Amino acid sequence: MDQTSQFCTFYLDKLLFGVELKAVQEVIRSLDMTRVPLAPAVVSGLINLRGQIVTAVDLRKRLELKPRPADTLAMNVVVRSEDGAVSLLVDEIGDVVEVEETTFEPPPETLRGTVRAMILGVHKLNGRLMHVLDIEKACQMIDVPETIGVGR
Amino acid sequence: MSDSDIVQDFLVESYENLDRLDRELVGLEKSPRDRDALASVFRTIHTIKGTCGFLGFNKLEKVAHVGENLLTRLRDGQLTLNPELTTALLGMVDAVRQMLKEIQSTGQDGEIDYPELRETLTRLAQVGPGAAKQAVTAKPRAEVPSPTQGKENAPARSKDMALSSATGLGKPAATEAPKAVKLEPAPPSGPAPEGVPGRSEEPVMAKQEDTLGAQQAPESRPREAVAETIRVGVNVLDKLMTLVGELVLARNQLLQISNTVEDPGLQAVSQRMNLIATELQGEVMKTRMQPIGNIWSQFPRTVRDVALGCGKEVGIEMEGKETELDKTIIEAIKDPLTHLVRNSVDHGIELPDDRLKAGKDQAGRLILRAFHEGGQVNIEITDDGAGLNGDRIRKKALERGVINAEQAARMTEHEIFNLIFLPGFSTAEKVTNVSGRGVGMDVVKTNVEKIGGTVDVQSTRGRGTTVRVKIPLTLAIIPALVVTCGGDRYAIPQVSLLELVRLEADEVGKGIELVHGAPVYRLRGRLLPLVYLNRELKLAVDENAATESDGAVNIVVLRADERQFGLVVDQINDTEEIVVKPLRKQLKTVKTFAGSSIMGDGKVALILDVLGLAQRASVIAETRDRALTEKAVEAAAREEKQTFLLFAGPGDSRMAIPLNTLARLEEFPVAQIEMSGSQWVTQYRGQILPLVRLNVVLEERRNKLRALQAPPSPDSGPIQVLVLNHDGRCFGLVVERILDIVEDRADVRSSATRAAVLYSVVIGERVTEMLDIPAILRSADVSASLPGVATRSAEVAN
Repeated sequence: MDQTSQFCTFYLDKLLFGVELKAVQEVIRSLDMTRVPLAPAVVSGLINLRGQIVTAVDLRKRLELKPRPADTLAMNVVVRSEDGAVSLLVDEIGDVVEVEETTFEPPPETLRGTVRAMILGVHKLNGRLMHVLDIEKACQMIDVPETIGVGR
Repeated sequence: MSDSDIVQDFLVESYENLDRLDRELVGLEKSPRDRDALASVFRTIHTIKGTCGFLGFNKLEKVAHVGENLLTRLRDGQLTLNPELTTALLGMVDAVRQMLKEIQSTGQDGEIDYPELRETLTRLAQVGPGAAKQAVTAKPRAEVPSPTQGKENAPARSKDMALSSATGLGKPAATEAPKAVKLEPAPPSGPAPEGVPGRSEEPVMAKQEDTLGAQQAPESRPREAVAETIRVGVNVLDKLMTLVGELVLARNQLLQISNTVEDPGLQAVSQRMNLIATELQGEVMKTRMQPIGNIWSQFPRTVRDVALGCGKEVGIEMEGKETELDKTIIEAIKDPLTHLVRNSVDHGIELPDDRLKAGKDQAGRLILRAFHEGGQVNIEITDDGAGLNGDRIRKKALERGVINAEQAARMTEHEIFNLIFLPGFSTAEKVTNVSGRGVGMDVVKTNVEKIGGTVDVQSTRGRGTTVRVKIPLTLAIIPALVVTCGGDRYAIPQVSLLELVRLEADEVGKGIELVHGAPVYRLRGRLLPLVYLNRELKLAVDENAATESDGAVNIVVLRADERQFGLVVDQINDTEEIVVKPLRKQLKTVKTFAGSSIMGDGKVALILDVLGLAQRASVIAETRDRALTEKAVEAAAREEKQTFLLFAGPGDSRMAIPLNTLARLEEFPVAQIEMSGSQWVTQYRGQILPLVRLNVVLEERRNKLRALQAPPSPDSGPIQVLVLNHDGRCFGLVVERILDIVEDRADVRSSATRAAVLYSVVIGERVTEMLDIPAILRSADVSASLPGVATRSAEVAN
């Protein structure tokens, strides 16, 4: 059992994703958000997390998935990145899962593009795959100009 | 306490002591008989020497040791302090400081042991004048006995340097003298006292008291120095500051809630909370405050060195040393102030002979003043030197193309003076090793502006110069104007704010005019470029929002880098003290925002970076005085694009004028053109607009009259007119056809081939003639002076 690790899972467009539990600061419901004009499109805005101003990143846009339906409120998964706390906007929160190293596999060669850099690999769970997200990569967006759009 | 802790304490203490040494040595040079000061200097060096011996920094110890020897002779009156000695001692202080830095970074006292410096110091200590001096100095000592001196060694003993330096330790605290003497022989020989091992703690103790005593020395006797201050880490203060920031936010939220709830109890509590939070904020801010004297204290030394270097005599005076500023600001302002001080001594104050000739004291005066005013700190650096030479600056600015002749004529003396803050602008006739090296006043200005301050210079020829630096008290909490745009709130730092203008719906139409699509507002007769915040930020323009506020327009007049512009926002809310929180890395690239803050209702608002916004909206590059900044930053200017209006002149020739000279584009039907003599005119906005025909202006002389007198042919289509404003006169330039508005660098030029043309230039990859508007007007006046036209056209023109 020494080869296991815990993941906080969430859904994005019905796909299951996971981030290492120890990197997660907290999970909260939708908060008031202040948009940041001229910012990269993946930045949804700024939220006030008990006096701490946290940048919210729309993971759907970041992972080049189709936009979230307007009627669903996003959940905030606040993670600790090198540059302080960042809130990842996800559709729905899943369970905390404990996985063994042996179920892990790197992403297939056929997964290409910018998304590949953000997905470390998958864990083969019972009946489904959990994508392991690279938090640092997902939070990096200095190189992404404001023109990045969905589906590019 | 671990070893590294001891070293750390030693470093902190020694740095403080060294700063004081600089001050005291310079003071001593003026009054070499000040025995208390001398004793204090001696103690400081002695403490450093002793402690570093104990800690095993042998090289440092050696240097301190020779310095101490010299000081011993001084203290004992065998030598009197003169500039040579002072320089040597200051050199020693520098060496010690250098070694301390070395210790700080590497833990070792470095490779260099300064043999030359030590030799100089030893030599100086040996060539002590004879008994005559001794007698003189001995006298005042006898007259003013003090407890300290009472314990000092007899002059005779100082011949034996080692012994003398050893006994010196006992000096600060009279009662400790015997014990100290016993302990002291150790330092010169090695790290640890040779005595009983168990006593090794004692020297440190003794030395610490020593230092405390030294700090208090001039005013009070050492013994009763009680620790009324404690050292607190800056990180603790920073944390406190953050927490207080949070508290201030929470208070703001509470106040907002209590205003909506009818509960006397809650109201009372929130009022009290408000008062307490405000006071707490003030007190916590105070902990980060440092008197400006902390950085000024090094200036006497700076002034001395610079003055000595350029053969001047300068005295420094300080007023308002106790004026306090936030620590971060103190640090940021240190270098600019040092530069200004050096500059004043180097360039401001004249040589002694020149001063005498000008009927001034031989020694120049440099006055530093600091005081609070309107929530800001003013720092003034005044010298009584030659003052700035406005003509020379003007000439230089013209030479360098920083300003053009017209601007030079228009600029006030004060504006001219402030040109010295432009990059690469130095009027120093010779480059000294102090200043005139190109990095100069512009860096001062940039650094001051970085922390939200301003610099201004005033000068009277022959009487002196004053540089005034205005800086905010703190950066952490700033007053800001909160505005709403596109449903979001934005905070605008108050420092950039000039005024607010509200145009009611019925005024909007005539209040806001267009210069070919670029909106402007006439603010007291001057055109203020308008920037629409929603457009700049690419916010989805909500048409309803505009109508909601009755179509009124709110203009926030802002200043960015000497330029003014009006920012049009949906709504102006209130001014508020906001806590500035920096933006995360992900958003650092967005130059329009300086940071973020949490508003009273808990929502986040962005703080606008006025400079960044102005740059984005090209306000800074587009206004009338653009040449000022543009040419100053020459390299950048080359990249800068200008906007031109392209049109077809007679014979379909391609011509252009800079867009900023244009007021409007108009089209008049021929029927509207009337003749005033041979001058074409038209009625335009209740005025008579003279129309200058480009084809006439450009016509060769012999054909001019005929062309001039030709009436408009009734069957031609409407004429195209560029309405231009020149020197307060409005006139229309009749051209064949408007072509385009283009942005181009227009840097490929050749000289003009005909009159009324400035030069030919490549715009949009085609050769284009740039019109010379003043020349056209002159030419039009020439034609106006033709028989029968003169008087009437003059009337029209006026």
